[in-house]
Amino acid sequence: MKKVKVLNQICIELHHMIINHPLLGPRDAAEFVYLGDASLINRPDASGDNAAQTFYQYLYLRDNPAGEHKELWYHEQGDRSWLVVTRNTLTHEISNVEMARDVARAAGGST
Amino acid sequence: MTQTNRIDGGLINRNQSYSFKFNNETMHGYGGDTLASALIANGIKLVGRSFKYHRPRGIMSAGAEEANAMVQLRTGAYTEPNTRATVAELFDGLEAKSQNHRGPLGFDVMAANDYLSPFLSAGFYYKTFMWPKAFWEKFYEPVIRASAGLGALSGQDDPDQYDKGFLHCDLLIIGAGPSGLAAALAAGRAGARVILADEDFVMGGRLNYETHTVEDRQGSTWAEVATAELYQMENVRMMTRTTVYGSYDHGIFGALERCTDHLFDGSGKPRQILWRIYSKQSLLCAGSTERSIAFGNNDRPGIMLAGAVRGYVNRYGVTPGKRVSIFTNNDDGWRTAIDLKAKGLDVTAVIDTRSIPVPYNVPNTATVMGCRVIDTAGRKGVHTLMLSSGQTIKTDCLAVSGGWSPNVHLTCHQRGRPTWDKKQACFVPGGELPVGMSVAGAANGNMTLQSALSAGHDGANAILNSLGINPTNTSAPRASEESSNITAFWHVAESKSRAWVDLQNDVTTKDIGQSFREGFKSVEHLKRYTTLGMATDQGKTANVLGLAIMAEYSGNTIEQTGTTIFRPPYTPIPMGALAGRARGKDFRPFRLTPSHKFAEERNAAFVETGMWLRAQWYPIAGETHWRESCDREVRATRESVGVCDVTTLGKIDIQGRDAAAFLDRVYANTFGTLAVGKVRYGLMLREDGIVMDDGTTARMGEHHFVMTTTTANAVSVFRHMEFCRQCLWPDMDVHLISATEQWAQYAVAGPNSRKTLQNLVDKEFDISNDAFPFMACGEITVAGGIPARLFRISFSGELAYEIAVPTRYGDSMIRALMQAGKEYNITPYGTEALGVMRIEKGHAAGNELCGTTTAANLGLGMMVSKKKDCIGNVLSQREGLNPDKPLQLVGFKPVDADISLSAGAHFVSKGREVNMANDEGWMTSVAYSPILNCSIGLGLIADGKNRMGEVVTAANPLKQSNIDVEIVSAHFVDPDGDRLRV
Repeated sequence: MKKVKVLNQICIELHHMIINHPLLGPRDAAEFVYLGDASLINRPDASGDNAAQTFYQYLYLRDNPAGEHKELWYHEQGDRSWLVVTRNTLTHEISNVEMARDVARAAGGST
Repeated sequence: MTQTNRIDGGLINRNQSYSFKFNNETMHGYGGDTLASALIANGIKLVGRSFKYHRPRGIMSAGAEEANAMVQLRTGAYTEPNTRATVAELFDGLEAKSQNHRGPLGFDVMAANDYLSPFLSAGFYYKTFMWPKAFWEKFYEPVIRASAGLGALSGQDDPDQYDKGFLHCDLLIIGAGPSGLAAALAAGRAGARVILADEDFVMGGRLNYETHTVEDRQGSTWAEVATAELYQMENVRMMTRTTVYGSYDHGIFGALERCTDHLFDGSGKPRQILWRIYSKQSLLCAGSTERSIAFGNNDRPGIMLAGAVRGYVNRYGVTPGKRVSIFTNNDDGWRTAIDLKAKGLDVTAVIDTRSIPVPYNVPNTATVMGCRVIDTAGRKGVHTLMLSSGQTIKTDCLAVSGGWSPNVHLTCHQRGRPTWDKKQACFVPGGELPVGMSVAGAANGNMTLQSALSAGHDGANAILNSLGINPTNTSAPRASEESSNITAFWHVAESKSRAWVDLQNDVTTKDIGQSFREGFKSVEHLKRYTTLGMATDQGKTANVLGLAIMAEYSGNTIEQTGTTIFRPPYTPIPMGALAGRARGKDFRPFRLTPSHKFAEERNAAFVETGMWLRAQWYPIAGETHWRESCDREVRATRESVGVCDVTTLGKIDIQGRDAAAFLDRVYANTFGTLAVGKVRYGLMLREDGIVMDDGTTARMGEHHFVMTTTTANAVSVFRHMEFCRQCLWPDMDVHLISATEQWAQYAVAGPNSRKTLQNLVDKEFDISNDAFPFMACGEITVAGGIPARLFRISFSGELAYEIAVPTRYGDSMIRALMQAGKEYNITPYGTEALGVMRIEKGHAAGNELCGTTTAANLGLGMMVSKKKDCIGNVLSQREGLNPDKPLQLVGFKPVDADISLSAGAHFVSKGREVNMANDEGWMTSVAYSPILNCSIGLGLIADGKNRMGEVVTAANPLKQSNIDVEIVSAHFVDPDGDRLRV
């Protein structure tokens, strides 16, 4: 898949969608703040040999799929959970919503 | 004026007589009228002038599709332009004026544009009026703009109130015509939570305009009975005067309810409510819209849609003409003749484009098959028709039917793409409909009444099944039979005169031909080049006609030509409704500080920062300029003691066994080594190595820290830390709570700050310099046992403390501090004095932490620990952020002390030309220092630390000023920090 450069972690508000929060049930997307690709969970090891390169890739390179996309949403007007939302960028269909903490743990998130 | 065209019957209340004004002339109508039907009743044909050519225009429709009859409604600040007279409900005292003419409506001087039409055809602004070039901006464009257009705004604030609301339902039914009512009955009786919304003020849709029977009753009577039953159901919400204007993701709809538009006086109630409706399923029953046929001079007043003509007769008891003719390509047009004859009205002729046997017998009426109207006469009201057969017909109203177009708009708001139904000559919903949406009735191409009723009933039952609700055992309502045969016919080719396709934008068949010849063949190009389908009606009557004519020119089928799709809104939404209550000071919320009342009592000026209102300065008697107040507050603080509300700084309470380790990762510098009872300045980076925020963090206990952030970044820092906690290090034992609003916090600064506090802090707490040194913190009590936190930190550079008490004590605390410091003439200071003192001290703030600066830029590079990982550590070491001569934060003083500096000025070495290539940095903050008695500044300049004493130019091209400034230490006051530690 082609990689695109993103300028930075821009937070934008999207409206007119419903996110099915794992703890709180369906909530309007206006309660959330959007961050971006859920790959931001996978912060590289700073002690690695080529840390500069891996951090560059981590921070600046993203997949830009036409279809399912895992992305981070923050329930700022709610319980302050970070969620991983699987959203189809073509249809806006949301097929899965998980607690980001669970995703991070499953991915071997560090302590 | 008498109601010359009022006839018997109709769904109006003749006991309710209303008086209204049109162009200052008083007229009368009845309850149940629209402005349009009342104008027709009063014999008014000419109601406006067209957009481009100022052609006389009349009412053409009886609904939301109206392209001509737009008026200015109401007066003064309540004026609303471009209101469609066909949907404006009449009320006693209504005032309306026609639009877009100079001089009286009957004699518009701008009508000369009509004779200039050869120069004003499609795309004229790209081609004509080009020479001489300078004339376009100064002459042609202003003249053309002034002559084109619609109504005018009042120029005053909108005095009405608007609200927003949220609704939830199992099933949203959009439109309460026959299919919508049948669906609502089925779903309502089964117990589903239903919302039935209709843009009209009476439910029933076309049933109120037609003479069909349903269940052996007059259709409008059946609708009334059905509506009454639905109003009795607690699970059904009935919303009249409500337009569902947009379909959004996940079953969400936007709807506009017009609450008081039909009243003379809204009595303080919201004028309109913008609803957001969350539906599990939706059923679009939006009906269909009739379209015209393009023939010569088909835009004259008195030429109307056929369904509208009989609609005015049947629903409103008014007739648009005394000798009506009909021009049709389908059976439905004939219903106008039948209905008018039934009322005893004179129908002169029915002209049908189809060469078929006469479908209906209409007595005493000329019926002409296989014939076309090629031209008309009558500038302010049609009086003669010229037919392709050579006949001429005298008439005062021509009812035209070119067939009906399903209202597919809401099906297209996501990914729907309508498909062409050749048999019925119309586009029907196609492609992928919005989630949960089904379509029934004429909107889905169910063009006969029985098919619409059945589709509504059956559609609702199918939805009930999908929702797990058992449908009741009923069948669809029965209706009278009708035929709806049509043979597509779009425009009369033998017409020599201009034939209008889009009446609102003055687009003719010739414009479409020109668009085709010049290569603008795709429907999207056609729209942009000719403006077909733009403006308030969005081509509801024109789009399909224009598209079909383009298909003819190009020799393609309509399927090949395609169609434009629709975006929200279906009909115009006032800006006021979109804004709701978020206007003026309510545009966004703001918070008041705990000392707000105190500051108000002292006539403080307030400034909005980070959604707080903060005291900016506190004027005293005799001070006329803010600088006088600010300078006094700075001097008083530096000489004795001042107090400032710093509650607005973000406070984050951090607790847990891993709290210290967590801070080591989010801050660039180390916190694990911080002793309990101590405070440390912390620098936070973004992952890209740029400074995010700064502040102080106090260690209240082994596993308990209190962090402060800048006011502006309180929210984003907390969000970032939650991201780190949940997404990066999910197993760390650390918890965060935003405590910004829980604590009222005051800075007490100046040489007498300790003595002031000693008057207030309970005696068991020793806050002497030895017991409570610089950067100490602790939990104490004040004023006889009130819990407080004390931090010995300083933003001003003076001996200073910040003291926090639970917010409920905030107002008492500022008054107690004033009392405690009275003997030292304690002075409250605002954000201006705060800013001056931090610049004098050389502390970075928002202007320096601007999202482009690194720790090294701010002179804090040593703080980024090399011993540990932290957010931003790796990328802060990037080559690009570490040039040989980095920008460095230093101070600046004007060489001529009388000159004021400007923030934003850029630095250029002395003697070099002021241009981008020679740019060496910029001034970030400036202030007048009452201590140094001159203007001072902080700024970032390349290699600044090694250039002390050098004079450079501070260039401000905006003010065309070049000021000589000397590079100095950023610490203008007490550079060694002696005052902090006494």
